[in-house]
Amino acid sequence: MAAQTLYDKLWQEHKVQERDDGSSLIYIDRHLLHEVTSPQAFEGLRLAGRQPWRLDANIATPDHNVPTSAPERLQGVAGIQDATSRLQVQTLDENCRDFNIVEFTINDRRQGIVHVIGPEQGLVLPGMTVVCGDSHTATHGAFACLAHGIGTSEVEHVLATQCLIQKKSKNMLVRVEGELGSGVTAKDLILAIIAQIGTAGGNGHAIEFAGAAIMALSMEGRMTVCNMAIEAGARVGMVAVDDKTVAYFRDRPYAPKGQDWEAAVAYWKTLHSDQDAVFDRVVTLDAGRVQPQVSWGTSPEMVVGIDELLPDPDQEADSDRRQSWLRAYDYMGLKPGMRVSDIPLDRVFIGSCTNSRIEDLRAAAAVIRGRQVASSIRQALVVPGSGWVKEQAEQEGLHLQFKAAGFEWREPGCSMCLAMNADRLGAGEHCASTSNRNFEGRQGQGGRTHLVSPAMAVAAAIAGHFVDVRHLS
Amino acid sequence: MNKFTTLTGLVAPLDRANVDTDQIIPKQFLKSIFRTGYGVNLFDEWRYLDEGYPGQDVQGRPLNPDFVLNQTRYQGASILLSRRNFGCGSSREHAPWALLEYGFRAVIAPSFADIFYNNCFKNGLLPIVLPEQAVDSLLAEVSAQPGYTLLVNLQAQSVSTPGGVSYAFDVDPFRKHCLLEGLDDIGLTLQHAEAIGRYEAARRQAAPWIFRPLQS
Ligand code: SF4
Repeated sequence: MAAQTLYDKLWQEHKVQERDDGSSLIYIDRHLLHEVTSPQAFEGLRLAGRQPWRLDANIATPDHNVPTSAPERLQGVAGIQDATSRLQVQTLDENCRDFNIVEFTINDRRQGIVHVIGPEQGLVLPGMTVVCGDSHTATHGAFACLAHGIGTSEVEHVLATQCLIQKKSKNMLVRVEGELGSGVTAKDLILAIIAQIGTAGGNGHAIEFAGAAIMALSMEGRMTVCNMAIEAGARVGMVAVDDKTVAYFRDRPYAPKGQDWEAAVAYWKTLHSDQDAVFDRVVTLDAGRVQPQVSWGTSPEMVVGIDELLPDPDQEADSDRRQSWLRAYDYMGLKPGMRVSDIPLDRVFIGSCTNSRIEDLRAAAAVIRGRQVASSIRQALVVPGSGWVKEQAEQEGLHLQFKAAGFEWREPGCSMCLAMNADRLGAGEHCASTSNRNFEGRQGQGGRTHLVSPAMAVAAAIAGHFVDVRHLS
Repeated sequence: MNKFTTLTGLVAPLDRANVDTDQIIPKQFLKSIFRTGYGVNLFDEWRYLDEGYPGQDVQGRPLNPDFVLNQTRYQGASILLSRRNFGCGSSREHAPWALLEYGFRAVIAPSFADIFYNNCFKNGLLPIVLPEQAVDSLLAEVSAQPGYTLLVNLQAQSVSTPGGVSYAFDVDPFRKHCLLEGLDDIGLTLQHAEAIGRYEAARRQAAPWIFRPLQS
């Protein structure tokens, strides 16, 4: 057989049927559901009198809308102040009850951001096809899953048929050789990759991230990288299985046990691209050259290294890009040629499916070293990605370090990543954020987002402006 | 699903690249549990001067006079013309729902984000990819000629200008068929229920751990 990429293998393995027009019916192993993109899908099932094809493929949790303040959370769904959010979470509960779908409800200790809890609970496993009505489903590709976001019609389609009609994407390899410098993280790496290939760079492609620097990342770091494949335009981002991948799943609640485990591991070990597999596109990067990154504009490709000046639109040859830069400067209230450290800051947000796992919180807490959030910072939030992450962090005492420094320690959810709950920016406010999107209004109307790593976010909180975390003694 | 065959429609220009789903329909409107009600909040942050919230009566809201869709000449437009990477960002299907409810039946751009592109077809909204130069000249013509319309013919896969220029576009045969006939994907897939069942049985044998019952 011809040499295959990891993506080719996963595709082949899940192909139920190929159609004449080149599209295929692809079988879905795991389907994650949350409150925002599922209600209309359940309604569709009801209207058509359909039942879920395979109940056990589905797992649900509310995350986008849930409040993160402890007093509000204490009262469960009834305590959600915002009536429309409450209705949406209630509707998820009702739908899961009616259709018998397992749900980690709002105050279940396993509740959290879908993309955090899937792997954490062992619900997502290597080699699975994983879908969710959320574009950051690419996160699960870190475990050599074929994982991508879908719309609500497809949520309904997967519920009813356990399949999706798909066209195969092209293969793209992003190879990162060398070693990341100390203080430079997976988040900086993916931002640098997006800056290089652009937000549409991966359109139509499934990206495999490979190379020494990728394999040196922890599973959490690989998740951060794959999470933002969508910001590079690719629905799918993947990393091959290695020993770290296997070790990650040992003893996870829903991971295979006993004989199942042995068989699963044997299969997982085949999940890598063949040596001589051919990719349609290859991009290479030297990890050693990556600096801590800060986004300055309204698209994740608008980033600079911490030492660089904000770019000059007059130097940009591409007219679409020049126009977007000008618009971004206007929206962000910044000027070309400014230093990154001169960007004013009002709030700091540590959280989201990009950077809210235990390793992220450890990296963030490690920067504090007894220091305080600067008085000029109006709010600094730490929102763990799941109940489990929160418990783990509290066992390690990280929450005490955050609180002592002046950070607020919150309940798990998406929070200020997209500001569907009460956590949001005011108009004109600048935020150092560990999330994944800096679009206009993403974190609150008129809000201005700067994407950074958790360590850089804490350093900025302490200094009151962006600083190179490597120089913070 | 809505059928799509041909469309002669007024064109509105949105001369920007990377129009993202957070702009098409801001997140506060995703709190609805319904499929409808999004049209009035399409491009909410660009369209209105105040901050919108779900369930609000939009009648009295101050319109942003600088936003192109608010211009009288583009009222009733059913074709949206924009730049590359249209629909990037989230998987929210509320984006095509909002565009459709506003009155758009087709969006023309040099490229689209994958998930958005896919979501359009599920709802009878036709995304049309035309080369960058074609979009450039269409944008120029639209702004020069009030009342500018285009004729979209899905069967023929063409977009024709009033000046008689015709651009061909590509569309996946299966998606085209579904749009032309207004077919429901799920019904179509369920015609292959047997094949799905066979595949599933084989997979259950090969990877039984995936099929263990989930207990809460
Ligand atoms: S944390 Fe942000 S990006 Fe991730 S699923 Fe939630 S809203 Fe989406």
